[in-house]
Amino acid sequence: MGSYVPSTQEQRLEMLHAIGLKSFRDLYKDVPQSMYLDRPLDLPEGKSELEVSQAVQAMARKNKVYDTILRGAGAYDHYIPSIVKYIPAKEEFLTAYTPYQAEISQGVLQSIFEYQTEICELTGMDVSNASVYDGATAAAEACAMARDRKRRLTLISGAAHPDVINTIRTYAYGTNDEIKIIPVKDGKTDPDALKAMLTPEVSAVYVQQPNFFGLFEDAEAMAAPVHEAGALYILGCNPIALGIMKTPKDMGADIAVGEGQPLGLPIAFGGPYLGFMATTTKHMRKLPGRIVGETTDDAGNRAYVLSLQAREQHIRREKAGSNICSNEALCALTAGVYLAAMGPEGLKEVAESSMAKAHYLCRELTKLPGVKLRYDAPFFHEFLLDMPKADEILSALDKKNILGGLPFDGGILWCATEKVSKQTLDEVVAIVKGVLA
Amino acid sequence: MKLIFEKSVPGRRCAILPACDVEKVELPAELKRDAAPLLPEMSETDVSRHYTELNQHVHGVNCGFYPLGSCTMKYNPRIDEEMAALPGFTGIHPLAPQAAVEGCEEVIATARKYLCEITGMADMTFQPAAGAHGEFTGVLLIKQYHDSRNDTKRTKIIVPDSAHGTNPATAAMCGYQVVNIPSAPDGCVDLEALKSVLGDDTAGLMLTNPNTVGIFDENILEITRLVHEAGGLCYYDGANLNAVMGVVRPGDMGFDCVHLNLHKTFATPHGGGGPGAGAVGCKSFLAPFLPHSALMEEPGHIQVRGFRGNFLVVVRALAYLLTLGREGVPEAAQNAVLNANYLMHRIKGTFAPAFDRICMHEFVLDLSEYKKATGVSALDVAKSLIDYGMHPPTMYFPLIVHEALMLEPTETESKETLDWAADVFRALYELGYKDPAFMHAAPHNAQIGRPDEVKAARTPIVRYTKA
Amino acid sequence: MTINPDLKYSKSHEWVKMDGDVAVIGISDFAQDALGDLVFVNLPQVGDEVTAGEAFGDVESVKAVSDLMSPVSGTVCAINEELLDAPESLNNDPYGAWIIKVENITGTEELLDAAAYEAHCAAEA
Repeated sequence: MGSYVPSTQEQRLEMLHAIGLKSFRDLYKDVPQSMYLDRPLDLPEGKSELEVSQAVQAMARKNKVYDTILRGAGAYDHYIPSIVKYIPAKEEFLTAYTPYQAEISQGVLQSIFEYQTEICELTGMDVSNASVYDGATAAAEACAMARDRKRRLTLISGAAHPDVINTIRTYAYGTNDEIKIIPVKDGKTDPDALKAMLTPEVSAVYVQQPNFFGLFEDAEAMAAPVHEAGALYILGCNPIALGIMKTPKDMGADIAVGEGQPLGLPIAFGGPYLGFMATTTKHMRKLPGRIVGETTDDAGNRAYVLSLQAREQHIRREKAGSNICSNEALCALTAGVYLAAMGPEGLKEVAESSMAKAHYLCRELTKLPGVKLRYDAPFFHEFLLDMPKADEILSALDKKNILGGLPFDGGILWCATEKVSKQTLDEVVAIVKGVLA
Repeated sequence: MKLIFEKSVPGRRCAILPACDVEKVELPAELKRDAAPLLPEMSETDVSRHYTELNQHVHGVNCGFYPLGSCTMKYNPRIDEEMAALPGFTGIHPLAPQAAVEGCEEVIATARKYLCEITGMADMTFQPAAGAHGEFTGVLLIKQYHDSRNDTKRTKIIVPDSAHGTNPATAAMCGYQVVNIPSAPDGCVDLEALKSVLGDDTAGLMLTNPNTVGIFDENILEITRLVHEAGGLCYYDGANLNAVMGVVRPGDMGFDCVHLNLHKTFATPHGGGGPGAGAVGCKSFLAPFLPHSALMEEPGHIQVRGFRGNFLVVVRALAYLLTLGREGVPEAAQNAVLNANYLMHRIKGTFAPAFDRICMHEFVLDLSEYKKATGVSALDVAKSLIDYGMHPPTMYFPLIVHEALMLEPTETESKETLDWAADVFRALYELGYKDPAFMHAAPHNAQIGRPDEVKAARTPIVRYTKA
Repeated sequence: MTINPDLKYSKSHEWVKMDGDVAVIGISDFAQDALGDLVFVNLPQVGDEVTAGEAFGDVESVKAVSDLMSPVSGTVCAINEELLDAPESLNNDPYGAWIIKVENITGTEELLDAAAYEAHCAAEA
């Protein structure tokens, strides 16, 4: 049996006797006998570390680890530099709690301050929080922070990620608020439909850039009508694209959010990921979650603290804008290390290379008979193809240890990143060609 | 310490990627960034040394004693990290076909089976990413249940005044009016106060047991019966499950749904503030209301985040559960309770326990008399502990005790550590009478002295700006 | 602690000065001292209705937040926006740093004069 209790049997008895008790049962004298669990748990016997290692590895082996992944849809297989895996695994970073005690937590606090700065730089915004759970919750929290007493209706682009839409819907269900989906036209948010929906009740409009189909939205053009209607404009952005794409601030957004997973986090069957949130100074006090601020200590030295805490649940209780406390600090640290390892040039290369490979794959596949690009508009690193024999194609790729695009809405949503070489892409095209022949 | 941006050298970089081997594609001009983001430009040595320097100014539970009450800072086993880092987990796409993810499904199904057994629940979701997120999910189960019965008059959630701030904040996020009820003097639920607020507008009760002062509420069956009689449901906040896992089950106490903090009770690391995992379990009648991913599973359900949750945290918790097994789980709980009682016993005679009786996994010291006598506050004592290499306990919580210090040693601390900690508390107790000024100025050996939090809040500097 | 003899006070420690038909509202020296260093003020908007005995905003210190209760019912006709940038004025000059002005007053809480308020503070201290 494995155990992490260091005290020996003798010491345990010694401690029990010191507090005047005879048995462990005496510690639970307040637990009524009727509910005291008088049987062993229906769990297997405890195992040694070696046995645990073997048992869990056996489970991992039942998964298929593809050599090549051409599927995105919210989880992106970018290269993770080696150093990005090792730094967050350091035991101090790994096993610390939230840095409430600043004097013993400057390392964590400074790493968050640096992360906040990097998110501000990527988004063009003035202030970022220390992270939220993931991109979907970041979007939902942004929609919540935009509501006030009079404006409660949120408009969401139908071209946003289905999980993001459903998460916003769930948060709105919680507060008894309404959401409406903005129709999609040719794969993009329909700007005319949006304009018609902008009533005085609208608190915010959420648009994803690039959107779920990989297309660049005409995001900047939609900012003016949203603001004229008195609503806030929320853009959900891919952080890799932000290496080359116009910032949400420059596209007119009031709040920028997104899924930070592409910044050095493994796809890992969906988590842990990282939700980033940034806004302008005007809305800083409505931003949920932890925020680290710079100050000085009693000797005048630069110091970092969790700041603006009176926004949060532990002080404001039922009047807090959100109940969030634990966030994804270690993932934010990971993103910070990733951005430092890549630098501005490296991030740009990842973005450009991912975009270039996706376009190459798209170009080559659409040369094949019956394969058509559903939406012919500028896209980043994802694109939706209509193609015959979709199941057979994916199955043929699978046999070669390649995870093809995601079957979606009758087509296949493909994604390419910098990880996949031209040679591999050519193999993919050859396999598809073989199926279609 | 310099900021990473202050160490940046223009033109410096790491060699990570090969040159792009296909034709470059230009972004349309109107979509291009105006200027490159200000990101650090560093060599790999620079990056490594910077973060190593930061890391040296962090205190984790694996570095030293961390008796932070209500946070269950137990040792985080390395094997759990190794399992979570297996490429067979980290490299799995959440939308890969079913046949390619059978191992992930087995991890989730096994963890679900074990945790349902430990909590006395019928089903469980791992989608919530943290404790507060689990609370949100759990209370949404309650909301959907009432809605499914068209029982729309239930608009109130009852929360004891000793509760963690997330409880009332969660109820508000779920559209409920919060009814705070006063605690009895021992921190337990005041049955009369509870009865006086129960009615056909009661949606539910949020409760943790053992409660926030570390006492098991012996009236728990009566409490859950009263709430059910009024037509409400009972939500168990699993923050304090470490005291009772394998000993008594929330399901058997009468609770309908629970959240667990895998990053507390099940030894997964807290990472300086996440990622955690707030698994939510429920009785079978609530199972149809559990959240699902619209893309990964099926639409038509609530959903509290993308995909199916912090999967790698579940891997860690499963490795921990496999290690402890059927005997190890209650053993951990019993020793957590033993350690708390032993430490309280050893501190007695100096700082006074707020409740002088057998506690569960944590206990609260009340320093109000001590402060009157010496002028030394709970904050001063907490900051003084830092100089001894001990992380301070939770301060000024729960709100129902003044000058509170809340200690939770956990089961992974040895008797020697507890004896040492008690000696440190005794030494500080005496120091407060001799040299209170020294304690007002603590810490003396930390990287920084006490920070000016008023300045930070009045004139917020929340990002670096290049001079 | 100072008490301005020219003002009226609520039991929740706001002061009121009638300026014609307009009520000028702030917090007392006793209140600012009890609250500690204030770091932010959440203000209502001009045009909002306020109700006597109910919160119209709140003030934040580093570790606490406290509701500001309106001593009168009416419509907010001005807010002191300078407090958004300089909340410390409430600490430094409590009787100079007004918070809101209210017009169209339809009701008033029971207000204390300076002597009665002094006794009220003494009982609370």
